[in-house]
Amino acid sequence: MNDFIEFISSNLQLFYILILAIFIGVELIKNVPSVLHTPLMSGANALSGVVIVGALLVMMQAKPDDYLSLGLGFIAVVLGIINVVGGFAVTDRMLQMFKKKK
Amino acid sequence: MNITLSIIYLISTVTFVIGLKLLGHPETAKKGNFIAAVGMILAIIGTLFLHDFEVPTINYVLIGIALLVGTILGWIIAMKVAMTKMPELVSLFNGFGGGSALLIGLIEFGSNVGVDDSAKASSAIISTTLAAIIIGSITFTGSLVAWAKLNGSMKDLRLPKYNLINNILFLALVAFASYIVLINTNSLLLIYVLLVASLIYGYLFVAPIGGADMPVVISLLNSLTGIAAAITGILYGNMVMLVGGILVGSAGLILTFVMCNAMNRSLSNVIFGAFGGDANAGAITSGKTGGTIKKTTASDSAILLNYASKVVIVPGYGLAVAQAQHVIHELEVLLTKKGVDVSYAIHPVAGRMPGHMNVLLAESNVDYDKLIEMDNINPQFPNTDVVLVVGANDVVNPAAHNDPSSPIYGMPILDVENAKHIIVNKRSMNAGYAGIENELFFNQKTSMLFGDAKDALSKLVAELKNM
Repeated sequence: MNDFIEFISSNLQLFYILILAIFIGVELIKNVPSVLHTPLMSGANALSGVVIVGALLVMMQAKPDDYLSLGLGFIAVVLGIINVVGGFAVTDRMLQMFKKKK
Repeated sequence: MNITLSIIYLISTVTFVIGLKLLGHPETAKKGNFIAAVGMILAIIGTLFLHDFEVPTINYVLIGIALLVGTILGWIIAMKVAMTKMPELVSLFNGFGGGSALLIGLIEFGSNVGVDDSAKASSAIISTTLAAIIIGSITFTGSLVAWAKLNGSMKDLRLPKYNLINNILFLALVAFASYIVLINTNSLLLIYVLLVASLIYGYLFVAPIGGADMPVVISLLNSLTGIAAAITGILYGNMVMLVGGILVGSAGLILTFVMCNAMNRSLSNVIFGAFGGDANAGAITSGKTGGTIKKTTASDSAILLNYASKVVIVPGYGLAVAQAQHVIHELEVLLTKKGVDVSYAIHPVAGRMPGHMNVLLAESNVDYDKLIEMDNINPQFPNTDVVLVVGANDVVNPAAHNDPSSPIYGMPILDVENAKHIIVNKRSMNAGYAGIENELFFNQKTSMLFGDAKDALSKLVAELKNM
């Protein structure tokens, strides 16, 4: 238990940010018209690909002879980057169609 | 941490917030997506090149290959997929994000194995790692199941007492994870057990949920992936992951509630709910329906449409399945030329994803102003001569108003039965995704135009051209 209290007190600003970010997320999305729900979901999905940063850090820090970490990290990077690239690309394709026709 | 890198992460975080904000308005959405993408690329490049530790060359080579492979794959999938397949795709990508998070958790736990007690991670860190593994696994298999169900390769699976089983399994997962933290184990075996159990839970969690509720589930899983990303962010004290993940988490959760509201159901009702939960529920409500249906032909329907002054088209999932969005636009243009006032009635949850119909119709160049949302179109139905329902079912089912025993009772619907004539295009008399009968089809004013949406509408267009 002491561990947790120590962790929280030494990372207090992390928790401030966490809570404020929750509110920002809620405020940003609250009044979006349903027309945009699909692209929004897809865009948010691309953003969750930010987990790729963690995958990169894992791979960069792995020892060159630690094949298990490297192998799993490799898959993590591939999956993460598919999420990012595919997510943003497909959102863009969808939004392309919403452009006003002349 | 490198100060330049910190500043880059700060910039990325701000682009995420701005990007999400802009995504919420039709005019700025495209720009918002672009800005967020730029922020993401910045964060990735920054992470790769601005660090204060040595990275072996072989690691860089492997990372480069992984990035290249993933980028090409992601790009091809995104460019190839049909617009009708969008819900599946978002779900699939989401599963990949979850998979990435779970692998990171696994590696992080592994790197804590076999080190001296003094260098061991604190139990707070271990808990965070386990949370990443559990949530990542649940979103991974959950999203894959959602994907498989949406593309029709998997049926709903309902074990007896599945709610009870799922809840017990979830509690067991949490208890088991707490146990691992408490005994401060070195055993990778226990972690693999936890991993497998989480994967199974993700599967069982989504498997019983009906297809009509998939949009809500996808949004919820999306939110969970965000949370998994944020948790790994805590692990590394990495702000961009933390804020980015939490933004997605809270935005996804709000979106989930907005959708539940559109269906007038609570989230717990969707997840544990009875929606089609009892296969016999539909048969019971059919007591009122029975009756006879009236079949019609393309030429009769064409005459009806030709002499109408106001026509409202109600598109549904059947339109998407048949890829009929272009021919319906052709029909609309043709009727407009003949002086008919044509508009589309868009139910918030028509299709398999909110806004699904808007995306489809926008693809075929339908004018944005012709798409009218439920609350605005409902008062117009009494002055409407003909309603053309194409592949929609549950969203026009009057049982939502007048049959308290119906599973969709209380859901806001399009009141098409108030119009003078209703033409329903369907492939067959099969019930909709929710598995319930629709008394609208037995209404005296309704005529059924059977057939694949694309074929039927093409025939309609041909008939209209000859008039």
